[in-house]
Amino acid sequence: MSDQSPKNNMRLKLFVPVAVFLILSGLFFFGLTRDPNVVPSALVDRPLPEFTQPSLYPEEGVFSKQELLGDILLVNIWGSWCPPCHAEHPFFLEISETENDITMVGISYDYSMEEDRLFLEERGNPFDYNVVDLDGSLRIDLGVTGAPETFLVDQNGMILHRHIGAIDSIIWKDIFVPFLEQIR
Amino acid sequence: MIPELGNFSLVLALSLAVLLSVVPMIGVQKNNELLMTLSRPLCTGVWVFMVISFGCLAYAFLDDDFSVAYVASNSNSLLPVYYKFTAVWGGHEGSLLLWVLMVASWTYAVSLFSRNLPLDILARVLAVMGIISVSFLLFMLFTSNPFDRLLLNTPADGTDLNPLLQDFGIIVHPPFLYMGYVGFSVAFAFAITALLSGKMDAAWARWTKPWTNAAWAFLTIGIALGSWWAYYELGWGGWWFWDPSENVAFMPWLVGTALIHSLSVTEKRGVFKSWTALLAIAAFSLSLLGTFIIRSGLLTSVHAFAVDPERGMVLMAIILLVIGSSLFLYALRAPVVKGIASYTATSREVFLLINNIILVVSVAMILLGTLYPLIHEAIYGEANKVSVGAPYFNAIFLPLMGLIVIFLSIGSISRWKKTSMDYLKSQLLKVAVASVLLGIVIPLVVTREVNVPIFIAVALALWIILGIGRDILTKTANKASLLEGLKSLSLSYYGMQIAHLGMAVIILGVCLTSHYSIEEDVRLAPGEQIEIGKYTFTFQGVNREPGPNYAADVGTIEVQKNNTTYMTLYPEKRTYFATGTVQTEADIDVGFTRDLFAALGDPRGDGAWVVRLHVKPFVFWIWMGAFLMAAGGITAILDRRYRVREVRQQETVTKTPGAMGSLKGA
Amino acid sequence: MLIHRQQKLAIVLFIISGSALAVGLVLFALNEGLNVFYTPTEVSEGAVPAGQSFRIGGMVKMGSLEKESLEGTEINFVATDFCNDVLVSYSGPLPDLFREGQGVVADGALNELGTFQATQILAKHDENYMSAEVKASLDAVEDADVEVCQQ
Repeated sequence: MSDQSPKNNMRLKLFVPVAVFLILSGLFFFGLTRDPNVVPSALVDRPLPEFTQPSLYPEEGVFSKQELLGDILLVNIWGSWCPPCHAEHPFFLEISETENDITMVGISYDYSMEEDRLFLEERGNPFDYNVVDLDGSLRIDLGVTGAPETFLVDQNGMILHRHIGAIDSIIWKDIFVPFLEQIR
Repeated sequence: MIPELGNFSLVLALSLAVLLSVVPMIGVQKNNELLMTLSRPLCTGVWVFMVISFGCLAYAFLDDDFSVAYVASNSNSLLPVYYKFTAVWGGHEGSLLLWVLMVASWTYAVSLFSRNLPLDILARVLAVMGIISVSFLLFMLFTSNPFDRLLLNTPADGTDLNPLLQDFGIIVHPPFLYMGYVGFSVAFAFAITALLSGKMDAAWARWTKPWTNAAWAFLTIGIALGSWWAYYELGWGGWWFWDPSENVAFMPWLVGTALIHSLSVTEKRGVFKSWTALLAIAAFSLSLLGTFIIRSGLLTSVHAFAVDPERGMVLMAIILLVIGSSLFLYALRAPVVKGIASYTATSREVFLLINNIILVVSVAMILLGTLYPLIHEAIYGEANKVSVGAPYFNAIFLPLMGLIVIFLSIGSISRWKKTSMDYLKSQLLKVAVASVLLGIVIPLVVTREVNVPIFIAVALALWIILGIGRDILTKTANKASLLEGLKSLSLSYYGMQIAHLGMAVIILGVCLTSHYSIEEDVRLAPGEQIEIGKYTFTFQGVNREPGPNYAADVGTIEVQKNNTTYMTLYPEKRTYFATGTVQTEADIDVGFTRDLFAALGDPRGDGAWVVRLHVKPFVFWIWMGAFLMAAGGITAILDRRYRVREVRQQETVTKTPGAMGSLKGA
Repeated sequence: MLIHRQQKLAIVLFIISGSALAVGLVLFALNEGLNVFYTPTEVSEGAVPAGQSFRIGGMVKMGSLEKESLEGTEINFVATDFCNDVLVSYSGPLPDLFREGQGVVADGALNELGTFQATQILAKHDENYMSAEVKASLDAVEDADVEVCQQ
């Protein structure tokens, strides 16, 4: 007995690293299954924030939230300095042709109204309303982290969906169309 | 066409790697020399195709080929050229490609520089590294192929590289870190080979040591660069946060440090064999966890670019298999490599064992702290969130490091097998008294204040430095002149002492910076000034200036010293166009004895800004110390004894200084 | 043989005392370094006594940020989980992505007046060292069911 037990002890000791590692793996497995990686927007299912902001074209004066309500709104935050915005621009032109019941609202950053106007003139203007977020307050209210971002708003002014990044026909079909089918 | 070529090379590399991991193993089994010899050309092949593949991805970036999904999501036509190149490893897929390229490179290097290894050992080592390549190539091809195309919907431009990563520090940080992580795979492969063959002798340790040193040196530099990057790019002047991403790089480093020391014992005395093997497995396992804990989203951190739990699962499965099977192999085979040798309680072996225990305990503590939030949640439910902050890590780590430094000088001055207490006393008593006295007197004279942590830190640093001096004097005492004595010492001895000196420099840097930094957050209107230490900072306002792919608010801060203009700092606040991300760029004047640091906070009306101004004495020493450590590791590699051909000559060399020293000690 | 025994004993003693020291250190340090996370509702229900340091997470209430009117680098804002509010005060530069209407996490403690005195502010989407639990709690707050807390 005295001969046998120390040897067994030695052997068992060698399995300690494996055991420690298995416990750790259990923990990792728990960690991986735990963290659902969706970052929901705080604004979804809440009303579009109130705002009153000037038009990109000074002669049109000022727009407020109330003037826009009633239709389905597609609110796009963009800037002429933003390459992904250039990328999604042709697709917006397409939607503004085909989807007649959607009111398109463009909100541009205040970096250069001159260049924004030039951009729309050269490449076409998909927006029914062009708003400039002069003091940045609308961006803050919407919790915008960058451009482009697009919000889908229903007839009652509730935000249905927020999309970060450029939109193309696939994203439109997969994500936006199901929402539109609900409210049309 | 080029991306397809890259993809094709990846597939070719995979097929060759599969052969590499199977053929030599069969060769060893059947004792077929031809099959074993095949390992060399096979790993050359894997390496060549990995290089081609990496080149193709780099080309796609430089060429703005946004039809490649990975390029489109990590680059932008406005991005400066050098960042386009570094963006290659800016995301998950690309960094995985870089990682596998490095495995292939280390494998290739082993096949080049180990011409004198016995063929069966070389074949097994290369095959084990082949298995690692295969696992991660499979993972890359099936879940995260960097060459996936967006052919139907090619975007006109990319979404840009994360602005945090648009910086010089990040250009070099991941490659060094990965070189370190991956480099431990060589020691790992050697350990697995030893367990398989049952042969683990002094020669084995001598083959493994230089590779371990090299990996460790790379990892040291990688961690130092990461901390440097955090210091100036994350903007707030801290240089170590005990963030999960830092901890997972630090843990393999600590285990690697333990491994280097235990390899010396195995090399010189033939003991601690199974312990050394376990450390080699642990160092690489922690490296794997380090790369992938962060990537899998298990612990969210600044480096978690691509967080995707499903990928994480696959990755975890691979890692489980690699680590689990090697630990299992260890459990079964470790008794085979047991060493027999005798040593006494005051021998160098024991002091190095203490060093190893302290290092491993600190790793365990850091691992516990890093994973504790997860453990807490697992026990108390997901609603119970906790976080473990820097106080935990500091309270654990600093005392342990103090302890290890005390043993550092004793260990490096003591002898193998048996060191008499009298010898230790004769060597170290004066050193101990001198470092304690000077540790109190020097700071007292310079600062005229009683600050116990500073006393302790300075005393510990002096304990190392004076210990090195004492040891060199002893070792050269019997030579005609000091110079001649210095020439007679081996490069691996110098390497050790340089690395230890680096440790002393880091201790000084860390402690002086933490205690004597002056940090002010102030609200300054244009023209206003503030005095910090010897310096007067005058805020001259903020101007908007354009950059290549961003617009920046640039602050102008004039610094005066002794009423004369000293320099001007230009901290920036950048807004990147493509993403709209705001990024703080601190401006730092780096100096040998102090850094001046300025960062812009946020505007507070009427042109006034909150400005963060630091005067940080000796912060540069932290990175200087890390550099010394790495230099020490490299110096030791250059020792002639690691050139395999000269194995026999060495045997006599190492015995002589010990014998003479003991004569003198008696 | 005797020497061997003694040696073994010494090693065992060393390991035992070492691990005892380590366990002691860990318990002490975890106590020091652990930041428990509370929501504004838990805070206003009195879950935390004044002076105890903890971590709070919530949304920065719209319109609650005061900075230009205050002295020096002081700022005040209200952290809310849509049920209850906690006034937070902080001195120093704000993180790049700190905004009203977005998530925020702050380390600090309550003072006698019930104001949360923050020592550190982390903002949502601020990738600078945000740990998993912070991110998860922010998500939880942002996800908080508005109907439950309709005012």
